[in-house]
Amino acid sequence: MNQRPITEDDLHAYVDQALEPERRAEVASYLEEHPDIAGRVAAFITQREQLRGALASVADEPIPAELNLSHIIESRKRRPLRAWGAIAAMLLLGIGGLGGWTMRSALQDSPNGLSALAQEAAYTYGVYAPDRVRPVEIRAADSAELTQWVSNRLKQPVKVPDLAVSGYRLMGGRLVATSHGPAAMFMYDDDRGDRLVVLTRPMSSGSPDAPMMPQSTGGVAGFAWADGSLGYTLVGQLPTDILKPIANEIRKQARQI
Amino acid sequence: MKDMLVQVEPLIPALRRYARALVRDRAGADDLVQDCLERAVSRWHQRRDGSVRAWLFTILHNLAVTQFRQATARGRHMPIDDAGEQELVSAAAQEHRLIYQDVLSKLARLPEEQRAVLLLVAVEDLSYADAAEVLKIPVGTVMSRLSRARERLQQEMDGVGPGNVVALRSLK
Repeated sequence: MNQRPITEDDLHAYVDQALEPERRAEVASYLEEHPDIAGRVAAFITQREQLRGALASVADEPIPAELNLSHIIESRKRRPLRAWGAIAAMLLLGIGGLGGWTMRSALQDSPNGLSALAQEAAYTYGVYAPDRVRPVEIRAADSAELTQWVSNRLKQPVKVPDLAVSGYRLMGGRLVATSHGPAAMFMYDDDRGDRLVVLTRPMSSGSPDAPMMPQSTGGVAGFAWADGSLGYTLVGQLPTDILKPIANEIRKQARQI
Repeated sequence: MKDMLVQVEPLIPALRRYARALVRDRAGADDLVQDCLERAVSRWHQRRDGSVRAWLFTILHNLAVTQFRQATARGRHMPIDDAGEQELVSAAAQEHRLIYQDVLSKLARLPEEQRAVLLLVAVEDLSYADAAEVLKIPVGTVMSRLSRARERLQQEMDGVGPGNVVALRSLK
């Protein structure tokens, strides 16, 4: 008989009922021949049954109101853009939450100017993301026009990132003024109305291809990087671990121009 | 959103059970589950393909671990009294109550990482691969932790007074 030897993993999988029927039968016949091991396995099965029995009542309890998923979804929909308050305060004070960005900029001004770009993105987000009337100048339906406009003004081809895989739809975009000249802003939202802003412009100085740099301050988080002569930044009111893969996606797409 | 409701809602009882077994305090456990559900709602679109169950347990587990670490950092140690067990098993049939309290208080003596793997696999029926994903460890490590958890729990159970051993045997 060319049976594979029985492993410790097989014994645990036997206890957890995770074996294919054929392997299960092999383990069962092994246990019949080895009563000492069978005793250990039986003890593990008893443990498992006792644990399940002891905890079963928790899963039978009615779900308390604060764990009602419909309520949680509902209250999230009604929540206004949280970032606005924080950003308004930053803009008014010029410090506070923006201190993070500003400090980065003071510390790392040149060599690559990414922090300046990130700061511009935070200001842009603060002005346009809370705007319910006209957050973008050219809507997503006219994205070809948008692409042509910003590419002309930035004097190089700019591609509008597609964030559908991340669950964000393009709302549209506009040209915005920065202290380093015009920049292209693209805005995205998801089903809950959470908005993300991508800001891109030529980097005036410094070495191209700056690696991605995280930023997180108050309710706004961001990533900035440069590919070739174009600088990019993504800002939003989400944790950085969620923004990171989105930033990676943007960078990947931008490289395919 | 409807899609999320359909996929997440049926798992809430299991999430509560795992949280309760880990933190052994009803209010604290439900707070963790609430936090987990809020994050799940806000991150639903960022979720990768794969098991929704494993994804939710990952969020919950990370929250619980963060809470343990914060509690440890503040110098608070987890209580090893039986209050949690009594509350947990109060709904169980009389003849099982002592056995259940016993196994839960023995479980509480296991290191946190062993407790987590045993609960995910033996109680929550996560596959070994899903448990590995939740705990961010290789499957081989899941197996060795599971093995250590079971041996350790058995030692705890064998090492108790004769009265309890009789009670355990009477269940079989």
